[in-house]
Amino acid sequence: MAVVKVQRPKLNAGEKVYFGALLKGMFITLRHAVRSLFGKTPGAKSLKSSGLGVTMQYPEEKWDDQMPEYYRGTPALVTDEQDRERCVSCQLCEFICPPKAIKITPGEIPDGDEWAKVEKRPKEFDIDMIRCIYCGMCEEVCPEQAIYLRPDYVVTGTSRQDMVHDKERLYEIGGKRVGLVNKWNDLK
Amino acid sequence: MDLTIHVATLIKIGVFIGITMTFVSICVMFERRFSAIIQDRVGPNRLGIPLSILGFKKDFKLPIGGLTQPLADGLKFILKEDFTPAYVRTFFFWLAPVLVVGPALLTMAVIPFGSPMEIGGKFIPMAIADLNVGPLFIFAIASLAVYGITLAGWSSNSKYPFFGGVRSCAQMISYEIALGLSIIPVLLMFQTLHLGEIVQYQVDHGWLLLPFWGEGLSAQRFLMWIPLFIAFVIFTTSIFAETNRMPFDLPECETELVGGYHTEYSSMKFALFFLGEYAAMVVGSALIVTLFFGGWSIGFGIDNALPIGAWWVSLLHIGVFLGKVTFFILFFILVRWTVPRFRYDQLMNLGWIVFFEAALINVFLAALILAAPHIHGLATTFGFIVLAVITFFLIKIAKSATTKTTVKAI
Repeated sequence: MAVVKVQRPKLNAGEKVYFGALLKGMFITLRHAVRSLFGKTPGAKSLKSSGLGVTMQYPEEKWDDQMPEYYRGTPALVTDEQDRERCVSCQLCEFICPPKAIKITPGEIPDGDEWAKVEKRPKEFDIDMIRCIYCGMCEEVCPEQAIYLRPDYVVTGTSRQDMVHDKERLYEIGGKRVGLVNKWNDLK
Repeated sequence: MDLTIHVATLIKIGVFIGITMTFVSICVMFERRFSAIIQDRVGPNRLGIPLSILGFKKDFKLPIGGLTQPLADGLKFILKEDFTPAYVRTFFFWLAPVLVVGPALLTMAVIPFGSPMEIGGKFIPMAIADLNVGPLFIFAIASLAVYGITLAGWSSNSKYPFFGGVRSCAQMISYEIALGLSIIPVLLMFQTLHLGEIVQYQVDHGWLLLPFWGEGLSAQRFLMWIPLFIAFVIFTTSIFAETNRMPFDLPECETELVGGYHTEYSSMKFALFFLGEYAAMVVGSALIVTLFFGGWSIGFGIDNALPIGAWWVSLLHIGVFLGKVTFFILFFILVRWTVPRFRYDQLMNLGWIVFFEAALINVFLAALILAAPHIHGLATTFGFIVLAVITFFLIKIAKSATTKTTVKAI
């Protein structure tokens, strides 16, 4: 590579005094201050600013309606249109889960049950949301299309126990999936 | 001395120290909010009163835009672990933060906060100590703060704090000279060192930098505006350097020196450095306002129409003074978030080659303008010619000096 010698620009007297540049700088910062006070910061509207700067006041205002369809939030279990648990506790997700966040206790469906021919369903299904890395492997590996990454992202708790989603909670988040689920195309 | 004055002094000490400390904490708040809106952010805006840590069910959220943030900051500093590393020189390590805060608060004693209040037939000046040598006292005490910083750097027994301390020492000495020289034109104008009288002069003759009302307005007064403005620029810049504020905060410059002189400090000891810096900033603003912008005077010739001595006039003047100080604090903050930090050789050049000479020339310029009516016209012209020639040569010398150092630095 050829060496490019960069010449320092020659400053005229006004620039050397430095005073004008200072005032200009202060004018710029003040303009920013005034604009952000009145909610006129460039980009404030498209970023849904709260009226001060470009910042959105998070817990009160949310970005949810701007969320893309493919957003990967918390993993959750779903039921089908007949309220059957899709999960057959094959434990594939448990085995593939990279951070080992999923813990399944399989259970048999007793003979008298309506869905006895499915044979198995999870007795317990825990996802530790402290461990979960939202990779979506469980969703990809599931042969029964029973686990999905939902757009919910607010997972909070005041103890470690609170952060473990049990079966009930998972179904509550996941809800019901109606109709044919095209898992591998854009329509999922 | 009788009882009234003693009691009044005690009350003044309490109230003015209270005002200063409140201002210091408000400063921190201002700094955070103002810098936030400059950078199109929001800043700390939602702190209420955390009742839940006292065992209540819910926090109490006040609609005051996070004004209680300084309280939380202070509380955090108190609750943090106060760690003294094993390798420091303990005595000086503990002494240093005190030496930073002490002078900054002491200098507040001579600032006149408002017009004198009449109590029991006596006019009580609204300064804790109504000294005849106000500015000198402030310079003498304020420069003691450098001991705190230097000791902090040295006693930490670690290289980055040491660099910070040494830098601070050199910086303070350089700018002290410009600071002292720059207010000589101002003092020539006032003919007194008594801060109360200085403000009274500005009440009668218009503020120093806004000579548009009051008596004694003349062509000479307007001509004096030039050296006074130069003095103001040099003085303000030197105050920035003295208080280690942003364009000159090389002692604690994070990019080079980790945390500078307070790298090894934690908890309340660090908070004291923090406090000292902001207290120095408040005092600096107060001094600028007192010397150049009329102190507590409302201006526009209103002051002399008010019954000086009545308690409400005093309070009104205190309010006006605090308003002006707030304005300057905001200016300090604006400068901090606008101007990038100087390189160390640039800092030294600015101090020794630009400001020192400019302040010296400025003194003679002011003296000549003031003396012009009293001496012969020929002598005045001669004086101006000599001054112009000296200025020309000084600029030439300064130019060659700066180019040399820059070459060396590269």
